[in-house]
Amino acid sequence: MKARTLYDKIWQAHLLKQRDDGMALIYIDRHLIHEVTSPQAFEGLRMAGRKPWRTDANFATPDHNIPTTSEERSQGLAGIKDPVSKLQVKTLDENCKEFSIFELEMNDERQGVVHVVGPEQGATLPGMTIVCGDSHTSTHGALGALAHGIGTSEVEHVLATQCLMQKKMKNMLVQVNGQLSTGVTAKDVVLAIIGQIGTAGGTGYTIEFGGQAIQEMSVEGRMTVCNMAIEAGARAGLVAVDDTTLEYIEGRPFAPTGALWEQAAANWRGLVSDEAAEFDRVIELQAEDIAPQVTWGTSPEMVAPVDGLIPDPIQEQDATRRGNIQQALDYMGLEGGTPIQDIKLDCIFIGSCTNSRIEDLRGAARVVEGKQLAENIELALVVPGSGLIKKQAEVEGLDQIFVSAGLQWREPGCSMCLAMNADQLGPGKHCASTSNRNFEGRQGFRGRTHLVSPAMAAAAAIHGHFVDVRDLV
Amino acid sequence: MRSFSIEKGVVMPLDRANVDTDFIIPKQFLKSIRRSGFGVNLFDEHRYLDRGEPDADNSQRPLNPEFVLNQPRYQGATILLARDNFGCGSSREHAPWALEDYGFRAILAPSYADIFFNNCFKNGLLPIVLDRELIASLFEAVAHTEGYQLEVDLSQQKVVKPDGSSLDFEVDPFRRNCLLNGLDDISLTLEDAAQIEAFETRWRDQAPWFFNSPNPQQST
Ligand code: SF4
Repeated sequence: MKARTLYDKIWQAHLLKQRDDGMALIYIDRHLIHEVTSPQAFEGLRMAGRKPWRTDANFATPDHNIPTTSEERSQGLAGIKDPVSKLQVKTLDENCKEFSIFELEMNDERQGVVHVVGPEQGATLPGMTIVCGDSHTSTHGALGALAHGIGTSEVEHVLATQCLMQKKMKNMLVQVNGQLSTGVTAKDVVLAIIGQIGTAGGTGYTIEFGGQAIQEMSVEGRMTVCNMAIEAGARAGLVAVDDTTLEYIEGRPFAPTGALWEQAAANWRGLVSDEAAEFDRVIELQAEDIAPQVTWGTSPEMVAPVDGLIPDPIQEQDATRRGNIQQALDYMGLEGGTPIQDIKLDCIFIGSCTNSRIEDLRGAARVVEGKQLAENIELALVVPGSGLIKKQAEVEGLDQIFVSAGLQWREPGCSMCLAMNADQLGPGKHCASTSNRNFEGRQGFRGRTHLVSPAMAAAAAIHGHFVDVRDLV
Repeated sequence: MRSFSIEKGVVMPLDRANVDTDFIIPKQFLKSIRRSGFGVNLFDEHRYLDRGEPDADNSQRPLNPEFVLNQPRYQGATILLARDNFGCGSSREHAPWALEDYGFRAILAPSYADIFFNNCFKNGLLPIVLDRELIASLFEAVAHTEGYQLEVDLSQQKVVKPDGSSLDFEVDPFRRNCLLNGLDDISLTLEDAAQIEAFETRWRDQAPWFFNSPNPQQST
């Protein structure tokens, strides 16, 4: 048989029908649902008199709109002050009841950001096809699942048919060779990759991440990398299955047990690209060359190492690119040529499906332990990715470390990653954020986002401006 | 879905690369549980000078006269001319809903983000890919000629310029057919229901671990 990539293997296993016109029907194993992109799909289903094809393939949780203060959360739905948000969360609850779909409701201890909770519950398994009406579904590829975001029409399509109409993507391999330096994390790796290939570099591809640095990462770190595959333009990111993957999954509620586990694990071990498999595009990076990264502009590709400078538009030859840099700097209120470490901050956000897992919180807590928030920091939020992570962090005393340092410890949700709830970045304010998008207005109207790793955000919280975490460790 | 065959209309240029879905429709409008009415909030953060809210009376809000959508010469535009990587960011279908609801029927750009591109076809909106140089020349033509119009002909796969010359474009035959006939994907797929069932039965056998659903609701 022809050598195949991991992507080829999962695709072929799920290929239900290849149409002459290039489209294919792909069977979907897991459909994740949140409140924002599903109401219109359920409504469509009802209007057409249809039912979900396979109820038990669906898994829902609200995350985008929900408040993150304990006080509001303790009141349940009534605690959501914005009536529009409340209706959306309530609609999800009602739709899940009506169609018998498994849901971790807002105040279930296991609730959280859907991309954090899916793997945590074992609802994400290697070799699965996974979709969700959310572009960061790419996260789940860290476990060797083919996972990507879909639009609401497709949410309805998957609900009704358990299939997706798709065209096969091309194969890209991003190889990160060597070992990361101390203080450099998965977040820095993926930002460096995006800095190199650009936000459209992966368009039309599924990216497999490999190489020593990826192999040595925890599943959590791999999730951070795959999470941002979409920021490089790729709908799906993948990491090959290995012992780390299997150890992560074993014993999780949705994972198989006993003889079925043995059978599954044996099968999953084959979820790697064949050695001779050909990729349409290969990118290589040296882990040693990667410094902690900070974005300075309004697109994740506008990124620089922490010891670098904000680019000067005057030095840019290409007129379009010069214009883009200028536009971004104007929005960010920054001057070209300024050292990254001179960027002053007003807010800190540690959370989101990119960086809100336990090792992220540990990394941030290590940096702030025994220190105090800088005076110029007005708001610093730590938002765990799920209720279970929150609980674990509290067992380890991380919440106390954050609170003593002056940061706020919140309830799980998307929070200021996209600011659909009350957690918003003010106009003109600079935020060091562990999330994945720095688009204009992403974290709040006219807000200015700098994407960084949890340790970098924590260090910025203490110093009030960016500092190189490598100098602290 | 609304069908699409020929669209002739005024072209509005949006001269920036990497226009993301937050730019197209800011997140506060995603709280709606409906799929219509997003047109008045298309490009909200650039079109108005204040911050938009889902329940606001948009007719009372201060407009940004600089923003292209508010310029008299582009009123009633139905064709959007854009730059690279249009529609990047989130998977929100609210972006094509807002464009379609405002009145756009076709987009011309050198490249699109994958999910957005896909979402357009599900909503009667035609995203056309043209060479970067052709797009650049169209930007110039639009700037020079007030009321510049183009005709987009999907069945012929042509964009016809005012002087009668035309630009060919590629479109996936499946999507073209769906758009021309306003076909609903779900009904199409359900024609294969027997095949889906057969696949599922076989798959259940081959990969039973994917069908292993304990009831975690009770397992806390
Ligand atoms: S945390 Fe942010 S990126 Fe992740 S699902 Fe929520 S809003 Fe989207």
